Amino acid sequence: MRLRIFSSALFVSLVLSGLAFGQDPSTVTIENFDFTPMALSVKPGSSVTWTNKDGEPHTVVSEAGLFRSKALDQGDSFTFKFDKPGTYKFLCSIHPQMMGVITVR
Amino acid sequence: MEIDDLAPSRRSLLKCMAFGGAGTLFVLSGGVPVAIDLASAATAKAVKPLFLQISDTHIGFNKEANPDVAGTLKQTIALVNAMPGKPRFMLHTGDITHLSKPEEFDLAQQLLSTLAIGELHTTPGEHDVTDGPGTEYFARFGKASKGKGYYSFDQDGVHFIALVNVMSFKPGGLGALGTQQLEWLEEDLKGRSSSTPIVVFAHMPLWTIYAPWGWGTGDADQAFFYLKRFGSVTVLNGHIHQIVQKVEGHMTFHTARSTAYPQPTAGTGPGPGPLKVPSEELPKRLGISSVTVTRHPRAAQIADTTLA
Repeated sequence: MRLRIFSSALFVSLVLSGLAFGQDPSTVTIENFDFTPMALSVKPGSSVTWTNKDGEPHTVVSEAGLFRSKALDQGDSFTFKFDKPGTYKFLCSIHPQMMGVITVR
Repeated sequence: MEIDDLAPSRRSLLKCMAFGGAGTLFVLSGGVPVAIDLASAATAKAVKPLFLQISDTHIGFNKEANPDVAGTLKQTIALVNAMPGKPRFMLHTGDITHLSKPEEFDLAQQLLSTLAIGELHTTPGEHDVTDGPGTEYFARFGKASKGKGYYSFDQDGVHFIALVNVMSFKPGGLGALGTQQLEWLEEDLKGRSSSTPIVVFAHMPLWTIYAPWGWGTGDADQAFFYLKRFGSVTVLNGHIHQIVQKVEGHMTFHTARSTAYPQPTAGTGPGPGPLKVPSEELPKRLGISSVTVTRHPRAAQIADTTLA
């Protein structure tokens, strides 16, 4: 009986984490001087949110000049809505070795 | 400056002084860095430095590596104001603020105005220009350069050149000076006697210290091409919050400590972020550089002083 409760709790948590993963595909985490994921595909009209978890500030700057966040301190976020299909490369202007790409299709 | 101006930080100042004369001073002489402690430096012949270099004050930073960067800047200013031989001016090699916010610039300028040294020359760090070109930093410090950020001036027979290498980053790359600035530099040096001592200062290192962390300037070689005919060139940078130095021919390269927080040595850990050290160790990792330029022999001597 105890075993069954345990396994159903495990099942529920697996489903929940799966849901959480499925609910929020348009998020990029900035941590340890990396964008995660580095490459993200979204549908036209989607908003992408970048959140900085590092104690060091980072920025999200479009290579083509389409968007530019202010300096994001720890816990700060930046959101941009992608209307048109295309490939959008971005980088951190404070640490330009940090790069990523959003593909809209 | 009156010591009373320091009232809000008096406690931290006293705390700083309580660490005693445990500081280290580096003298760069004939290409060999020699470390001596402050106690023996005090008994040596007092030389008035030509100028002081302060860097990476990061006003606005408040994380665990140093929750009180305004306090450590005040300690640094107190250290400078207590120096017996004060130079005429100071250089700030960038990252005056942490997030380029107007209120951070306000506080930094208010604190720096308490320096007993009247003249302050600056160059921006990437943290000062996250709001893009032509904004906060340039509105406050851009007058000397008509908004460009790079400029030159002469003092005591030495030619000083402020360069900006934080405005045109290439993805995945290092800092960059850009064609326009390099053309200006070539023009600025044209017609100058090769015996003129040159001091170049910029935020990011002008030589590559560690490329994976962007610790270098991609097109600096062109600048060095214009500078190589000069008999004495001193290149001063900040950015990496620790001292790295080298001597190559007539060129001396030196990075200054921060007054805010240290950073890891190249390649240690995930990236060049703030390094948390035990609080009693922090003042030993923060400080300023003072530079003396001698004419005979032509050489620059750089001494680094820590807060403790």
